[in-house]
Amino acid sequence: MAARVATGEPETAGGRASISARTLRKDAWWRSPATTAGVLLAFVIYSTWAAFQTTDYTWEPYISPFFSPCIADACHGSSSTWSFVPWWPLPAILILIFPLGFRLTCYYYRKAYYRAFWLAPPACAVAEPHRRYTGETRFPLVLQNIHRYFLYFAVIFNIILSYDAIVAFRDHSGAWGHMGLGTLVLLINAALLWTYTLGCHSCRHLCGGKLNIFSRHRFRLRLWKFVSWFNERHMQFAWASLVWVALSDVYVRLVASGLIHDPRFF
Amino acid sequence: MATERRFRVWRGDAKGGDFHDYTVPVEEGEVVLDVMHRLQAQQANDLAVRWNCKAGKCGSCSAEVNGHPTLMCMTRMSDFPPDDVVTVSPIRTFPVIRDLVTDVSFNYEVAKRIVPFQPRPMTEEEKEAGSYLLAQEDIDRLQEFRKCIECFLCQNVCHVIRDHEENKRNFAGPRFFIRNAELEMHPLDTADRRDQLQDEFGLGYCNITKCCTEVCPEGIHITDNGIIPLKERVVDKRYDPIAWLGRKIGFAKDQRRL
Ligand code: SF4
Ligand code: SF4
Ligand code: FES
Ligand code: FES
Repeated sequence: MAARVATGEPETAGGRASISARTLRKDAWWRSPATTAGVLLAFVIYSTWAAFQTTDYTWEPYISPFFSPCIADACHGSSSTWSFVPWWPLPAILILIFPLGFRLTCYYYRKAYYRAFWLAPPACAVAEPHRRYTGETRFPLVLQNIHRYFLYFAVIFNIILSYDAIVAFRDHSGAWGHMGLGTLVLLINAALLWTYTLGCHSCRHLCGGKLNIFSRHRFRLRLWKFVSWFNERHMQFAWASLVWVALSDVYVRLVASGLIHDPRFF
Repeated sequence: MATERRFRVWRGDAKGGDFHDYTVPVEEGEVVLDVMHRLQAQQANDLAVRWNCKAGKCGSCSAEVNGHPTLMCMTRMSDFPPDDVVTVSPIRTFPVIRDLVTDVSFNYEVAKRIVPFQPRPMTEEEKEAGSYLLAQEDIDRLQEFRKCIECFLCQNVCHVIRDHEENKRNFAGPRFFIRNAELEMHPLDTADRRDQLQDEFGLGYCNITKCCTEVCPEGIHITDNGIIPLKERVVDKRYDPIAWLGRKIGFAKDQRRL
């Protein structure tokens, strides 16, 4: 027989059938949480590394999304420079707090990391290893409830990153009407971030989900249906935008460091 | 053509029990419930198994097959490789009565505590018509929740009570969250269920890991369309300082009733 029920309750607690195996599933239930953990860890490691690489994150007219808006003097000369804190040595740290908070409190990522890292539960019908469980009822997890405030910041960031994609329609000397592979990379990045943000559950709620009488709010009903389309695909857009944001950073770095040459379309 | 297939079926009651091995002939196109019936008829006459419709509509035959919470009448034998030893056990979260039959009265007790539907008074026009007048788009969203067949598979799989018996005191479970969602989003309803949901029904215990949605035989989007919208509505009332301020100053109205 496999391990005892992890809760430490007597086997027939609550008069249950005495089945001691942690799960009777025979499929590879661990594969999905393991993959999630792997990809998330890879992203965290890469973005931490990137945040400390304070050179080569911008090459006119491109800027890495990790460092935009360019709030420190460290990145003078790049696409969207707003020098709020010229003394700050690590601009990405200030910037990444917001998207990080947005994704950490995102209803989808919560599912992903509660399963993959917290193992609560690791997979359906597989017992979790914790003795007690209070979910999101207490500090700090009760703070997940402020997710909508991160949404507001996310919208601002999306506007800035869309702006970065637009100013990328210039050449290296600043003349408009040009496009390179980097422009495409930043455009896709902005688009994916919007698809992810529009599908946010808080966004869906604020757009119309909170109403009970749709028939009196035609416009918001249509808005709600529109964002619901993205909401149904929220997981896919969450992963796509996460991976692409890292790839965008990689691309800008490769160009800025001179390792590759940015192919120009026109 | 029948083939001999191997099974491990949990036999016992609240005092104890264990898996028993059986070899049962299986016909083409059969479901697990068919096999349990054949087992009962030919080898284990005292096997307790609950069922009614054999059509996935009554919600009686909930069990766990190879560890997956499922309706036995909707689980095809062709889903398993021929050499598989198929495990059949009672749903884990509720007290076992005997063999595959469990006592799900926890769920009926929770249901009793739900604030009943409280419709607003009829308008003059509605009084004349003799019934409430509803717009289709106002009730479209609720139809999904009404598909529930009360199989309680979602209640069974939810780790909040599956892995923590003691949480049953503070947690209503996914089936009753969608019942509350249906009432809470109803265009005619006037009750406010949000405090009860958070304080008594343990909405905050749900960590939206979606196992309820994964097992629901009716394909109800329990988490995305029921639980998360409810959580957002609780945030409106309890955790959003700007919304709170808006209500204090008096310019923010309760949008549910607008
Ligand atoms: S999503 Fe919530 S209610 Fe559904 S199974 Fe998971 S914890 Fe339970
Ligand atoms: S919501 Fe789905 S899984 Fe839960 S009781 Fe209803 S039909 Fe069964
Ligand atoms: S961003 Fe995922 S739910 Fe808000
Ligand atoms: S017997 Fe009715 S749902 Fe299976």
